[in-house]
Amino acid sequence: MTAMLEMRNVSKSFAGVQALRDVNFSVRAGQIHALVGENGAGKSTLMKVLSGVYPHGSYEGTIIFEGEERRFRDINDSEALGIIIIHQELALIPLMSIAENIFLSHPPSKFGVIDRDEVYRRTRELLAQVGLKESPDTLITDLGVGKQQLVEIAKALSKRVRMLILDEPTASLNEADSAALLERLMAFREQGIGSILISHKLNEVAKVADHITVLRDGRTVDSIDCHAEPIQEDRIIRSMVNRDMAHRFPERNVKIGEPVLDVENWSVYHPIHPERQVIKNVSFGVKRGEVVGIAGLMGAGRTEFAMSLFGRSWGTNISGIIRLEGREIALPSVAAAIDAGLAYVTEDRKQLGLILADDVRKNITLASLDQVAPSRVIDDIAELKVASDYRNRMRIRCADVYQETGQLSGGNQQKVVLSKWLMTDPKVLILDEPTRGIDVGAKYEIYCIINELAEAGRGVVVISSEMPELLGICDRICVMNDGAFVGEFKGSEATQEKIMRAIMRNERSIGNAAPAAAEMGGSQP
Amino acid sequence: MTDKTVSLPEERRHGSFIKNNLRNYGMLMSLVAIMLFFQVVTGGTLLQPLNLTNLVLQNSYIVIMALGMLLVIVTGHIDLSVGSVAGFIGAVAALLMVTYKVDYTLAFIACLALGAAIGAAQGYWVAYFKIPSFIVTLAGMLVFKGLALAVLQGQSLGPFPATFQKLSSGFIPELLPEAGTLHPTSMLIGALLALGLVYASAKGRSREQSHGIEVEPYGFFLGKSIVLACAVLYFTYLIATYRGLPNVLVIMSALIALYGFVTRRTVIGRQIYAVGGNAKAASLSGIKTERLTFLTFVNMGVLAALAGLVFAARLNTATPKAGLGFELDVIAACFIGGASAYGGVGRVGGAVVGAMIMGVMNNGMSILGIGIDYQQVIKGLVLLGAVCIDVYNQRR
Repeated sequence: MTAMLEMRNVSKSFAGVQALRDVNFSVRAGQIHALVGENGAGKSTLMKVLSGVYPHGSYEGTIIFEGEERRFRDINDSEALGIIIIHQELALIPLMSIAENIFLSHPPSKFGVIDRDEVYRRTRELLAQVGLKESPDTLITDLGVGKQQLVEIAKALSKRVRMLILDEPTASLNEADSAALLERLMAFREQGIGSILISHKLNEVAKVADHITVLRDGRTVDSIDCHAEPIQEDRIIRSMVNRDMAHRFPERNVKIGEPVLDVENWSVYHPIHPERQVIKNVSFGVKRGEVVGIAGLMGAGRTEFAMSLFGRSWGTNISGIIRLEGREIALPSVAAAIDAGLAYVTEDRKQLGLILADDVRKNITLASLDQVAPSRVIDDIAELKVASDYRNRMRIRCADVYQETGQLSGGNQQKVVLSKWLMTDPKVLILDEPTRGIDVGAKYEIYCIINELAEAGRGVVVISSEMPELLGICDRICVMNDGAFVGEFKGSEATQEKIMRAIMRNERSIGNAAPAAAEMGGSQP
Repeated sequence: MTDKTVSLPEERRHGSFIKNNLRNYGMLMSLVAIMLFFQVVTGGTLLQPLNLTNLVLQNSYIVIMALGMLLVIVTGHIDLSVGSVAGFIGAVAALLMVTYKVDYTLAFIACLALGAAIGAAQGYWVAYFKIPSFIVTLAGMLVFKGLALAVLQGQSLGPFPATFQKLSSGFIPELLPEAGTLHPTSMLIGALLALGLVYASAKGRSREQSHGIEVEPYGFFLGKSIVLACAVLYFTYLIATYRGLPNVLVIMSALIALYGFVTRRTVIGRQIYAVGGNAKAASLSGIKTERLTFLTFVNMGVLAALAGLVFAARLNTATPKAGLGFELDVIAACFIGGASAYGGVGRVGGAVVGAMIMGVMNNGMSILGIGIDYQQVIKGLVLLGAVCIDVYNQRR
C-alpha cells in the first residue's frame, strides 16, 4: 500500500533556532502512526507544518497528500482535504452546547438561518459514532475533560476527515476515558482514516500504534514498524534522549554546606477541583551551595510544588512542614516567603515575572523597594544606582535602565527577573524553566549566574524540562511525576535514560488512572 | 558599586530626549494651544481675572476627583459612582448643617468619613470578591443617586453656614496692605511658589549631576524653568488682580502636589502602578494587590466626598441633581491626560491637565454662546481624538 501522506525533507527554523531538520514522515491510510519525543523535540512544529499553521514557504521540503504535492496557505486548506488536527488545549466554547460547538463554523442552514433539526440530527449521528451518550443540548462546561475530547473528535468527524492528528489526547483523561478514546482510534483505522498520535505514554503507543517515529532535536532518529518487530521500550527511550551534548556548561566549583531548605510531607490540592491532590505528601531539601534539579514532564506538578512553597501562591488545602536553616517556619504569603529568604523565578516571565510596560529599574527594585525607600519614600538616586549595578553585574543589554523591559530580548528579560530576585538577597532560589525561549549564548550566561549563586552559599532549585541542562548544572536531580518524587540521582550518576525510565516506569504503574497533566493549569506554554 | 552612566552618541541622546519630552509635555502644549485659541476667539475674555477665577472655582471638584480616579484607573479599574457619591455627600452635609445644625467642622469630617466608608464598601467587592468595578460602581451610582434623592426628599436644601461657604467661594485673607486692585499676599505666595519650583528642580538636577546621572541639556533646563516661573507668576498676577487666591485653589494645589509626590516617589505609589501593570507579577513580588485596590477605592470615596462638599458649598445649597454626570468629566479628564484603560499607566499631572482642557473648553464654548448640545459633541470628539493620538504615539 502506498503512503497517504508523505512529508519529505521538511526543515523549519525560528529566528536562528533549527526546529526541524530534514524530517521524513509518512502515514498510510488506515494506519495509526505514533510520534514520540521529548518536550521540544519538534513534534508540534511538524504537525503545524502539516496542517498549514506554518504556511507553504515558511518551511523547506514537500508535503504529498493523496498523491499530489500540497501547498497549504493556512489551516483551512488542509482541513478542506480532510486533515484535521485536535490540539492538546481543547478549543471548545464552554458556554455553548455540544451541537453549537460541533457546527460552530459551518452550521447547516437555509438562507442563512440555521436549520436546527438538521443540526440535531447530525449531532446525534456524530455522537453515536464517537460513543458519547449525551444530549446535543448539553453545555460543554457540564462535561468532563474526557467527554470534551470526544466532542472535539465528533467535531472533526463533522468535516470530511481523511487524517486525524491527536496531540496528547489522553494527557488529561482517566483510564476508562483513555481506553474508550483509543478504541475509537482503532475503529477509525478500520474505516481507512489515517491517524497521527502524539503521546508521552509509551504503553498507549504500544497498544495501538502500527508504526512509531521518534523525533529528537528536530530530526527523525528512529522509525519502528510495530508489526515487523517487537516494541522495545528501552530502545524508544534511548532514541528519545540520547543526544550529543551540544551545549556546553560552565565549570563549577562545588562546596555543599548545611541544609538550608527542608520540606516534609508537603501536600497541595487543586484550587478549582479541591478534591484533587496535585502534590502528594512529598519531601524535598536543598543545602547551601547546592544546585538541585527537578526533572519531569510537563504537568508533573513541578511548578505547582514550587509555587505552593512560595507563600502559598498556588493551590488550596496546603499542608506540610517547611524548615529554613533548621527552623520551622510558616509562609502564609508571598511577602512572608520573600522576607524569610525564598525567591521564585517564574516560568512565564512575560505573564508572571515582569511588568513589561515598566522600565528595567522599576522591575528590578519591585520586590525589595524597602531597600531604596527609607521611610517609604523612594530615593530615586539610590534606586538608579542599585539598578545600574545589577545591569552591569548581570550584563543586561539595554540602552539604559529607563528602557521598557518589553523591548528587551528574552535572555535580557530573564536577567532582569533574576536581578529582581537577587536584590531580595534570598537564601534559596527556585528557578522555574530559567532558560526557556532563550538563545544559546544567553543560556550560558544564565548557567554562570546559577553557579555564582551556589558558590555564594545560596541553595538553588532548578526546574527544567531540558534534561541535558539539568545534567549539566545540577548536583542532584529529583524526578517528579504525577505530583510525587519518583527518583533521585546524583548529578554525576544521572543520565537522561535513567531519568526518562523513572518517569516512564511511574507512568505505567499508575497507568492512566491519574487525571494528571494538562489540566493542572499554568504549567503549559 | 559603579557610578558609570551610559554614554550614547550625542545626537541620539538629544533626539530621544526631545521625543520623550514631547510625549510628556504634549498634553500641556495642547492645553496652552486651546487656551490661546479661546483667548483669541473670545476677544480676551478667557483670561480676564474674573473669568479665570471662575474657571478655577468651576473645575476644582473635577480636578479633585480626577486625582482619585487616576489611581483607580491605574490599578485597572473604573469608578462610575463618583458623581452620585459627591451628590449624596452634599445632601448629607446639608442635612447635618442645615437641618440638624451640626457644627460645620464636625459635619465636614463626618462627610469625609462617610465617603471613605462608601469607597470601602465598593472597593471590598471589587478587590476581594473580584466583581468587575464597572458593575459594582454602576450599582453604586444608582444607589447613591437614589439615596441623595431620599435624603433631600426631592427638595433643595440650603443655605449653608457662611463659614462653610468659604470653602468654595472664599479667598485667602489679605495680610498685607492692598495696592490698588492687586492682592499682595496672593502675589507673594505666587512668587514664592515660582521660586520654590525653580529652586527644587535646579537642586534635583545638580544632585543628579553630582551622582553622574545624565541630565537634560542646560539650555533646555533653563528655558523650561523660565517658562514655568513666568507661567506661575502671570497666572497668580491675573488671579491676584481680582480677589486673590481662592481657598479651593489652595486646597486643590496642595492635593495635586501630594498626589504627584505619592505616585512618583513613594513605595505605595510604585506598587499601585505595578498592580495595574501586571497584577500577577506584582503579587508574586510580594505586593498585596487586593489591599491596594481596596485602598484606591477608599481614597476615591474620600475625594468624591470632598468634591461633593466643595460643590455644595459653591452652590450654597444641596440639590438632588448635584453631581449628575460628573463621573464622565472626571473619567474623560484621566483619559485625555494619557491614562491607559488597561491600567498601569497615567500621571497625576496628565489628569490635572486633562481636567483643565475639559474646563477651558466648557468655559470657552459657553462664552462663545455655543449651546450645551454642541458643547457635548465637541467634548466627545476631543476625548476620542486625544486618546487616538496617545494610542498612535505608543504604537510608533
